[in-house]
Amino acid sequence: MSQFLMPSLGADMEAGTLVERLADPGDTVSRGDVIAAVETQKGVIEIEVYEDGTLAEWLVSIGEAVPVGTPLAEILKPGEPAVEPSGPRAARQPSAEPAGTSAPAPQILPKAGAGAHPRVRATPAARRLAARLGLDLKSLEHDPNRPIYRADVPAHPNRPEPASPLDMRAAISAAMARSKREIPHYYLSHTADMTPLEDFLTGVNADRPPQDRILAAAAYVKAVAVAARKYPEFNGSFSDGSFQPAETAHVGLAVRLRGGGLVAPALFDPAAQSLDALMRAIRDQVARVRAGRFKAKELTGATITLSSLGDRGVDRLYGVIYPPQVAIVGIGTPALRPWVYQDKVMPRRTACLTLSADHRASDGHRGALFLNEIGRALQNPEAL
Amino acid sequence: MTADCEVILTEELRRIAPEIAVESIDRTADLREEFDIDSIDFLNFVAALGQRLGLEMPEADYPEFHSFDALSAYLQKRV
Repeated sequence: MSQFLMPSLGADMEAGTLVERLADPGDTVSRGDVIAAVETQKGVIEIEVYEDGTLAEWLVSIGEAVPVGTPLAEILKPGEPAVEPSGPRAARQPSAEPAGTSAPAPQILPKAGAGAHPRVRATPAARRLAARLGLDLKSLEHDPNRPIYRADVPAHPNRPEPASPLDMRAAISAAMARSKREIPHYYLSHTADMTPLEDFLTGVNADRPPQDRILAAAAYVKAVAVAARKYPEFNGSFSDGSFQPAETAHVGLAVRLRGGGLVAPALFDPAAQSLDALMRAIRDQVARVRAGRFKAKELTGATITLSSLGDRGVDRLYGVIYPPQVAIVGIGTPALRPWVYQDKVMPRRTACLTLSADHRASDGHRGALFLNEIGRALQNPEAL
Repeated sequence: MTADCEVILTEELRRIAPEIAVESIDRTADLREEFDIDSIDFLNFVAALGQRLGLEMPEADYPEFHSFDALSAYLQKRV
């Protein structure tokens, strides 16, 4: 018997609200299966189970906000007989009970909502659902000692709602203020010729239907991951006073959300993927993120971040490092500029690459080599 | 067919940018800036139009998609 816990999805998360149970008691579950969805400030996060077994029992009801670490469900190991509720129930009582219904557990979500609407306490999910259905929260019956949960609002739709701009702003504020408070950033920039990449993509995409085309973002992500292999001091996390390099580079790609805010969920081991596979992963991820839906490991798995301004932006951006990571790479909008190419000044499409890195983990000299390596990888897109 | 193309175009734009009303935009200005569409959304948008109208929508034609009116005319010519 083991317990499936409310996970910590970042240093800023104290609590989450169980919004979906995607398995029933008696169901066989395998490591990696998504069995629940949890609402946090960043949106609805899908949570995976980390072992094989059988779901014995749910311990938290839909709409309940509980602190990180609270058991959400009990999982029987393969072959373990189902036990009568009396034994295990007694055993779990101390941990589940205070976290569940009675104690005034720390609740990020109701607090964020309460700031915006001082009269009625309700979770953001409940507010959004009520707003969309045209319901007045004050008209809903609920226990006045706790906030209104989404489950209290009648007529549940299936589609999850993206986190509200206010919650998103609070999450960004917390992470970025911590970054600027704790991380001694240094900044580098480097201009690179993007004409070879542009020509390469034009050639690759010419005969392809739109859904199979590759965007420059896939090449940027892969170039960062490949360069990070060679310069491990930019890839990993800084915690408890020391830097821990990561074995693999998982690149968080910053995705802007309509209505405000951004998130940078992880793309896993881009260096090992073809550009086609990586492009499919990016499209899938962006579609889910824009619908307000993440996988838990995407939120916590990135070891370095990439932020690209795309082709309607400005020359350069200097990113703010997302703790506990130690580096963020920025790619400015590529534009036609005068450039010396083969001893002649010619119009070439160039872009400004930037690096913001943590001085506790690296120095500018190595940062320059790392940024140069990214630029070089983009000069040779066929090899990506 | 003129009306159909515009209806489909409007529907697909609403799917990507639900908060922006087609009536409120400048139909001759840069389509991606008017609807604040990034490159991935634009790819999805072009793919959806191509699938619904049976068009290839090659990248080489992208300059003809620069505004709402230009794209609408492009689609009408080919459907």
